[in-house]
Amino acid sequence: MTAMPDAAAPLMIVDALSKSFVRRGSFVDRIKQGGSKTVRALHDVSLVVRRGETLGIVGESGCGKSTLARCLVRLHRPDGGRIVYAGQDVLALAGAERRTYNRRVQMVFQDPYGSLNPRMSVRQMLAEAILFHRLRKGAAVNQRIAELLELVRLPTDAADRYPHEFSGGQRQRIGIARALAVEPECLIADELVSSLDVSVQAQIINLLLELQERLHLTVLFIAHDLRLVRHISHRVAVMYLGSIVELAETERLFTKPAHPYTAALLKAAPELDPARRSVVEAVRGELPSPLDVPPGCPFHPRCPKVFDRCRVELPLLRERAAGHVAACHL
Amino acid sequence: MAAEPLLSVRGLRVEFGSHRGLLTAVDGIDFDVREGEVLGLAGESGSGKSMTLRSLLRLVKAPGQVSGQALWRGRDLLALPEAEMRRVRGREIAMIFQEPMTALNPVLTVGTQIRENLKEHTELDAAARKARAIELLDHVGIPSAKSRVEDYPHQFSGGMRQRAMIAIALAAKPRLLLADEPTTALDVTIQDQILKLLLRLRSELRMSVILVTHDLGVIAQSCDRLVVMYAGQVVETGPVAALFAQPRHAYTLGLLNSVPRAGAVRQPLASIPGQPPSLLELPKGCAFAPRCRFAIAACGGNRPPLVEVGPEHFSSCLRHRDVANR
Amino acid sequence: MALAIPTVRRRRQQRLRMPLIIGLGIVVVLLVLAVFPGSIAPYDPRSMDYTALMHPPSASHPFGTDNLGRDVLSRVIWATRVDLQIAIFCTIFPIIFGTTIGALVGYYGGVLDTVFGRIVDITIIIPFLVLVIAIVAALGPGLLNMYIAVSLIGWVFYAKIMRAEIQVQKESDYAAAARVLGYSEARIIFRHLLPNAITPIIVYWMTDMALDILLGSSLGYLGLGAQPPTAEWGVLIADAKNFMSTAWWMSIFPGIGIVLAGLGFSLVGDGIADIFRRQR
Repeated sequence: MTAMPDAAAPLMIVDALSKSFVRRGSFVDRIKQGGSKTVRALHDVSLVVRRGETLGIVGESGCGKSTLARCLVRLHRPDGGRIVYAGQDVLALAGAERRTYNRRVQMVFQDPYGSLNPRMSVRQMLAEAILFHRLRKGAAVNQRIAELLELVRLPTDAADRYPHEFSGGQRQRIGIARALAVEPECLIADELVSSLDVSVQAQIINLLLELQERLHLTVLFIAHDLRLVRHISHRVAVMYLGSIVELAETERLFTKPAHPYTAALLKAAPELDPARRSVVEAVRGELPSPLDVPPGCPFHPRCPKVFDRCRVELPLLRERAAGHVAACHL
Repeated sequence: MAAEPLLSVRGLRVEFGSHRGLLTAVDGIDFDVREGEVLGLAGESGSGKSMTLRSLLRLVKAPGQVSGQALWRGRDLLALPEAEMRRVRGREIAMIFQEPMTALNPVLTVGTQIRENLKEHTELDAAARKARAIELLDHVGIPSAKSRVEDYPHQFSGGMRQRAMIAIALAAKPRLLLADEPTTALDVTIQDQILKLLLRLRSELRMSVILVTHDLGVIAQSCDRLVVMYAGQVVETGPVAALFAQPRHAYTLGLLNSVPRAGAVRQPLASIPGQPPSLLELPKGCAFAPRCRFAIAACGGNRPPLVEVGPEHFSSCLRHRDVANR
Repeated sequence: MALAIPTVRRRRQQRLRMPLIIGLGIVVVLLVLAVFPGSIAPYDPRSMDYTALMHPPSASHPFGTDNLGRDVLSRVIWATRVDLQIAIFCTIFPIIFGTTIGALVGYYGGVLDTVFGRIVDITIIIPFLVLVIAIVAALGPGLLNMYIAVSLIGWVFYAKIMRAEIQVQKESDYAAAARVLGYSEARIIFRHLLPNAITPIIVYWMTDMALDILLGSSLGYLGLGAQPPTAEWGVLIADAKNFMSTAWWMSIFPGIGIVLAGLGFSLVGDGIADIFRRQR
């Protein structure tokens, strides 16, 4: 259960994915500065997701993890790069093939209060998904709905209620049920528990672990809470300003980080042990804006180990040890 | 013998009258804040921690009703006339909030807001106020303070805005800072910076801090003592090290167990089943009993009082010994 | 969080529902009067009694009689049908057409949005009443032409509202979830977004009906709407304009009819808005 799934089976390959958003400034901005600004959300992101694993993706605001998630489910159209899923070029899919892809890769969203349609009952939401994809017919639909509710540990009478009658944690369960209704292989959880209380987070995380085992799901777990990511991921990728700066197996990343940003992130996360406190800041400086990406290594303005090469040359992901890559000149 | 506490809260109660009944946000709580300490006020949504803070500064408006006693340097804050309360707010007790963008006035420059505080609460003249504003911004770690002092809040990034808000709050050198989830909306590295800044300022200004948060890590790293709240009640209080090492209330134990620790990777977390109770219908006795695996019949009887379970360590759990030995 | 205050709502609900109930009551009464005028009105609205010219309210004529001996009460009751028809026919095309166009423009944006923006600009520049009068004057007086005139312009306002609402709903996570589930755009717009965007439309519709009744009455007063001898509240007031000081009952009662109708629809609109607001 805790062993790494077979390394030989890539499920999804992301290759050099890039995405920028053009932000049309306000009228006044345009007069003053002559134009629109480009937000570089993703830059040359590549990774491989293995079948059956939980891949954690961490990073702070502006790192691009949510944009990456949305590109993977085709909510955004990337400007460059490819996504290959089970051998198919995802970005080229259309029509029925695209709908099939939607079934195979699903997403659960962060905000329990915005991710459910307030005007639809739970039954309506789930039935729509089941019927649209022709997964069941007639009486079997309601049966399936009951099954799904049971899977996410919601009472059966929840089916005919509306979202506003549920708590945050329960709404997340409904969101998960909705995603599972189409029988996906891969589930992308974009800050699944960040809006929930600590004790509720634990419940949902346990549910996720259980579902992954039962349904053989591959999970992409996007979060900013390092402790949670460490707890459930097999491998973890760290993102900064639109690029992956480090990727490794979980324990290795957390005990022997190779990138200074990863080290800073780990140091900044408040430890649960009151005896171990430090007064020194983990990293200085502000979070950079994706509107204004520094040249060379994006972390260099804040890096404690910066040297000349870092300021001009963008480091590429280099292998440090088996399965451990980092983008740093050190 | 501990020194006289700076702030002494007794029987604080905050209720909201609704037509369906009484909603009890804070259910009669007691706690003290000592000179120079950082007191953590921990709990999840609905625990009443934010409401507690707001009621201390009399920020709770109708239909909320606040009762009880909050002795601040000998005077009861809850009984002071409004004019005197205004003198306490900002000068003796200051508050910072979770969302700097909503707590800062977007149409006034940061400098103006600091100077406003200084004008209201100090005797400095205009030139001195200007200088002090720059000095404050510099002190909270905003680079190029001299030019930034005339910027508007939206021109600052998240972490910088928090620093600006801290500068405004501390302008008149208050003795007590109330911090309502000041780092919850911030990224991890920025959160770390702000917490360390708060601790540094606490030492320099010899200020006390009440830090409201739900993040156990933040508490472990910055608080001296801790008050754990659940459904408007205080369930446990004591030194942080003691509580974390050996919690003596089933809820505190459950909370600490809900957080993943390195080691048991991908094992289910020991979560607390169920949900917090409705504040309209608090259960009789201990509010946590319906969800508690240690609960016994007596827990549903009278509300258990806080009893001393260790040096300066109090718990309202009838089964605190079993919890300690879990 | 959400769990803490589920039942505070009940009493508040009752308090807030009173206006809705009153509004609905008024509208129902008006509907009954509109559907069964013959059974309720004591007299034929066109029959003239030369022996009872301009009589003040009395037992036999509770609202008095007008300058041609016609029973004002009966005329006011029969006018209800015409005025409610005005409310419905002035809004039916705008709401259907405007909502659809607004939803499409709001969802797709781009060129559609630019074109629509220009249409809106043209429509707003000239005051609504002036525009309607101009069109009616061109087409000729009468209710049908009034319906055409109001519909030609009125749809734009519904479309504007719908466009704004759809633009907001489009960005929500549940809309994203629907896209991730592979649903077609038509389904997303009409099955998912529209029900969440419809509330301001309904509220506006109620106000619009009230205003259209006023408009119809204004046009009737100007002789451009319903033509005499048709009983319509505005026409009744127009008929009464020379007798304002001598026969106050000829204008007051139709006036009350207009006010009641406006009030009824407004209250219903507000009530509906409250109900939907609480469902969030």
